[in-house]
Amino acid sequence: MEWFSIDTWIVVVGILAAVSCALLGNFLVLRKMSMMGDAISHAVLPGLAIAFLITGARASLTMFIGAAVVGVMTAVFTQWVSRFGKVDEGASMGIVFTTLFALGLLLIVQAADHVDLDASCVLYGAIELTPLDVVWRPQLFGLDFEVPRAALVLAPVCLVNLLFVVFFFKELRISSFDSELATTMGINANLMHYLLMTLVAITTVAAFEAVGSIIVIAMLIVPAAAAHLLTDRLDLMVLISVLLAIFAAISGHVTAIILPGLIGFDPHVVDATSTSGMMAVMAGLIFAVVLFCAPRHGILVKKFRRLEAATNIESGASFSSSPFDRR
Amino acid sequence: MEFSDIIDVLLLRNYNTRLVVICTMLLGCACGLMGGFLLLRKRSLMGDTLSHATLPGVCLAFFVGVMLGGQGKSLPLLLLGATVTGVLGCAMVLFIRNNSRIKDDAAMGIVLSVFFGAGIALLTMVTKMPDGAAAGLESFIYGKTASMVLSDFWLLTVVTVCVLLLSVFLFKEFRLLCFDEVYASAQGWPVKFLDVLLLALVTAVTVAGLQAVGLILIIAFLITPAAAARFWTERLDQMLLLSVVIGGVSGWLGASVSALIPNMPAGALIVLVAASCFLISMLFGVERGVLVRLIRQLSLKRSVGRQHLLRALYEILEADGERIEGICIRPVAFRQVRGRRTWSDQQLRRCLARAYNDGLIDAVSKEDGITLTEAGLEAAAQVTRNHRLWELYLIEYADVATSRVDRDADAVEHVLGEKLVALLEAKLVKLRTADGLEVPASPHPITPGD
Repeated sequence: MEWFSIDTWIVVVGILAAVSCALLGNFLVLRKMSMMGDAISHAVLPGLAIAFLITGARASLTMFIGAAVVGVMTAVFTQWVSRFGKVDEGASMGIVFTTLFALGLLLIVQAADHVDLDASCVLYGAIELTPLDVVWRPQLFGLDFEVPRAALVLAPVCLVNLLFVVFFFKELRISSFDSELATTMGINANLMHYLLMTLVAITTVAAFEAVGSIIVIAMLIVPAAAAHLLTDRLDLMVLISVLLAIFAAISGHVTAIILPGLIGFDPHVVDATSTSGMMAVMAGLIFAVVLFCAPRHGILVKKFRRLEAATNIESGASFSSSPFDRR
Repeated sequence: MEFSDIIDVLLLRNYNTRLVVICTMLLGCACGLMGGFLLLRKRSLMGDTLSHATLPGVCLAFFVGVMLGGQGKSLPLLLLGATVTGVLGCAMVLFIRNNSRIKDDAAMGIVLSVFFGAGIALLTMVTKMPDGAAAGLESFIYGKTASMVLSDFWLLTVVTVCVLLLSVFLFKEFRLLCFDEVYASAQGWPVKFLDVLLLALVTAVTVAGLQAVGLILIIAFLITPAAAARFWTERLDQMLLLSVVIGGVSGWLGASVSALIPNMPAGALIVLVAASCFLISMLFGVERGVLVRLIRQLSLKRSVGRQHLLRALYEILEADGERIEGICIRPVAFRQVRGRRTWSDQQLRRCLARAYNDGLIDAVSKEDGITLTEAGLEAAAQVTRNHRLWELYLIEYADVATSRVDRDADAVEHVLGEKLVALLEAKLVKLRTADGLEVPASPHPITPGD
């Protein structure tokens, strides 16, 4: 295995994306809105298409804004449909995002005569190519750095998410667990909901433009769900989810380099597999390990505890072991 | 576009159009049926998970095909692979949900993203394989609606018929599963088996439709028609039938329009037709639609306002009835009525205008005097009687303090039906008088407003 500076940047970009998502993901999982990332990452298509049709160029900023606006609209529409139509939240999410996606597809096909904008490049941005798009070459400590654009986009997003979670931790916690209590305590639960959704939309758009939507969907849910199994404290859960996300990003890239060689690919073929896909798979493996082996909520521990209780009762040990019997 | 073109498409004269339109219609019907069950089980996004989870299966099947020395792109093998990982994904969602504190939505998200990630990784490898002709595997994600062939038609027909027959035969079981899983298992039904069977049917529909119309369309097809049908009826059989019809019509209309107008992808059009059906249903559905609910709310609000007005008038008249025998109709000052409740001048004026239109009061005089008509007095006595009956019932049977019953009864008096009133009369025997329609005296002092 050879490691280049390109690999370092891929991992750095992957970590930035993963941490940005994992920070917000905790609150999505607790609010039972895990599928929001999936919905938003599909639904932004018309935003991209409209921004493109208006400006006529693949200018990043306008497309970014267009996508973020539609992303927030997805959350708003979902809430409208489920509140006014009294439709199950999951179903209303599904209806909204498939409709927006279809609209976007239609717009893109209409525009496709004079552009190269296809759905797959929108949805599966390639993390492998991010280091090639260098926009900033600072000199620090006498070393030359070549900072790719994706890192420059994702770093502030990650920072904003971090600040949001740190500064609004109390509000987020209360409104995630008990929105009525939050309201009686003078916290605007609705505002927190929409702030969170806005940040999810911005993060989703920023990350999938750089690294592909699959990382976004996976990192929004999987590290947070794994952390949820490992602890009962929210602050620890956030911390653990961030650590797991970092680990998944690093191990994902390493596997993406090693794995194709192991199953008979020519090791000199570059990018034989998809790094973002492998990062999602590694996150999944981490979750699987946690699911079985978590100290309190793991399946094995629960099985064992049940077995122990059963044998205790059978042998009458639960009575004889009590201090009163020993006398 | 000529008129004859439209006729050609509508009558399905062109072979290719006929195939595409009939296929999407069949798929719409099958998806509408399955979607109904999914919606009621609150598993709408299961289709989302399922369709993403088929991707690694497709790629693995391709690998296996190449290793066995074939071309790799044999349709049955690919479908088998898709089905296997699809079912595996569903099983994992159920496993995670049942064995840990992770909720449904997160379990679906985890399986979706991890399986799809694996699928993408595999797909990249497959396309980079030196000897593999893997081009076109992507059509499993985006579909190739316009280029369906006869084998697709047969596949969809078989799947649709199977799904239809099984749903009819197992209708009772599936219905119980949807509405009360715990009761079903207490009754001895094999709930887990039925659950897996239902998901297997959804998988079959998804896999059969996936390569025909693509991933996103399948998700929409599984959710939107069922959700639209839900607005029109409260009966499961009617809802499923309607959902099948909406699914079929969306498929037919979307594919036909796509055939007529160039540069319009059929998949996207079908989704948009289904979404329009949903929007119309959500607004105008006769059972749960937004408009109907608004109208119901408004009419309840009005009848509550009218009853408040009548009772206020009756109680004011009753107060001076203590001096003279019985109740006699006289004009009551607006100010006095206004003081009975917390309502604004404007609200009361509107209430009075409606009561006048209903013939309950005479026109409000210049000195702001409000006079009940004979019919109005009768209705007012009725309302007040219901109110007092409920108050007495609360005092007698629910041990509510006399000073507190007024507010409780205030909320209930508007919804007391004739049956319930008869029941109350029977319970409160001592109130029975000769004519049976006397208004009992108020159990608590009524403070006169000014």
